[in-house]
Amino acid sequence: MQTVTTPITRTVDARGSYCPGPLMELIRSIREGQVGDVIAVQSSDAGSKLDIPKWVEKAGHRLVALETREGYDEIIVEKLR
Amino acid sequence: MQRVVILGGGVGGTLVANLLVRKLRRQIDRHEATVTIIDDTGEHVYQPGFMYIAMGGERAENLSRPERSLLDTRVILEVARVSRIDEAEGRVELEDGSHVGYDQLVIATGSRIVPEEIEHFDTEAHHFYSPVAALKLREALDAFTGGKVVIGIAGMPYKCPPAPLEVAFLIESELRERGLREKSEMHYCSPIGRAFTIESVSEMATPILEDRGIQLHTFFNVESIDPARKVVESLEGEEMPYDLLILVPPHRGAKVVIDSGLAPASGWLPTDHHTLQVGGRPNVYALGDATDLPLSKAGSTAHFEAPIVAERIAAAVQGREPEGKHASYTGKVMCFFEVGDGKGTLLQFDYNNPPKPPTPNRFWHLGKIVFNKTYWHTVPRGRV
Repeated sequence: MQTVTTPITRTVDARGSYCPGPLMELIRSIREGQVGDVIAVQSSDAGSKLDIPKWVEKAGHRLVALETREGYDEIIVEKLR
Repeated sequence: MQRVVILGGGVGGTLVANLLVRKLRRQIDRHEATVTIIDDTGEHVYQPGFMYIAMGGERAENLSRPERSLLDTRVILEVARVSRIDEAEGRVELEDGSHVGYDQLVIATGSRIVPEEIEHFDTEAHHFYSPVAALKLREALDAFTGGKVVIGIAGMPYKCPPAPLEVAFLIESELRERGLREKSEMHYCSPIGRAFTIESVSEMATPILEDRGIQLHTFFNVESIDPARKVVESLEGEEMPYDLLILVPPHRGAKVVIDSGLAPASGWLPTDHHTLQVGGRPNVYALGDATDLPLSKAGSTAHFEAPIVAERIAAAVQGREPEGKHASYTGKVMCFFEVGDGKGTLLQFDYNNPPKPPTPNRFWHLGKIVFNKTYWHTVPRGRV
């Protein structure tokens, strides 16, 4: 994944939350957001970097980036529909 | 005088009160402390029994007892609705305009279901999160002669996470017994990427779903219901036609904690994983469904949290440090899990140790039945 240059609309800090908390936080943001919004989810749960991309694909959105930072992952998603 | 006020007379509130008056017996007898429960109804309801109204011939009247009958005589019970928690004044305001001051506050206000957040839920979907709804589901099952049964979850978190899977297994078992299984399709819709949040439980449940011919649909987050076409639609863009629709309704925390500024719009109180204090406040605790802890919303969670709240408050009142095994919460939860055909298993876990459910057998099914029957004499009174 390339380094992100897309402006982020909203960052969801779900660090410290366990699966499926980060996914549910992302789903809430997607529901509340507009098409074209870019949402960054920060998660310290190792399962998120597997679960969230799978959900993004099924739900028809775009995985912009998945970056591993110190102690957490940042998963960036664009709402497409 | 140290005034301990507990909001809510469910499992958590009742048990904290009964444990506290034992620990504070001396202070209460000397009129140096009081323990008061404020409850909306004055009735203690055993909610895990609701599922059995739909699935096991249970009756609503067996699932409720006067809260007073479960409380130690030293506990003061006020039957009243709380309209606001006024932190600045250290008091809770009641709907009748009066107020009750506190030095230590326990919020055990549980969760509430909000089916109205999904249009047509009330007319199209069945559930088992109230005695009335569970009875209606029972009647729908009695009238069912075959077709598509869809079981799903319309919002997370929700009370008793295994319940929808249990209901799927129990209905499948019932349809087989009634000779309707061949005429029926069963679908289980999970909002996440597997059958259950906890991976080990998912690994146990998924082969049972396969074995029973219950089709698992993952990442199905209920978005809307189309009553004209009898279709439930997901956020992910899928449609699931149904003849009998059973959905866990969305849940929220108590309105009063949102209105009082203690919790965000979800209503789940930001709670310390180990001390159970709310948002860093030294004298406000939460337990049970009311918290935002990453644990099951279940009576069992409240049951194992209550001794920690009681010990920490007793220590504060007595001017000492919390001590012993109840000084800090480890995330312990233990609950039964029905898989149908008269079998069950046990989920026991904490923050650091996921459950390792034993192979389902008759023993754990009977364990759940016995626990349900003996609940009134054990859990709220602090005997187990």
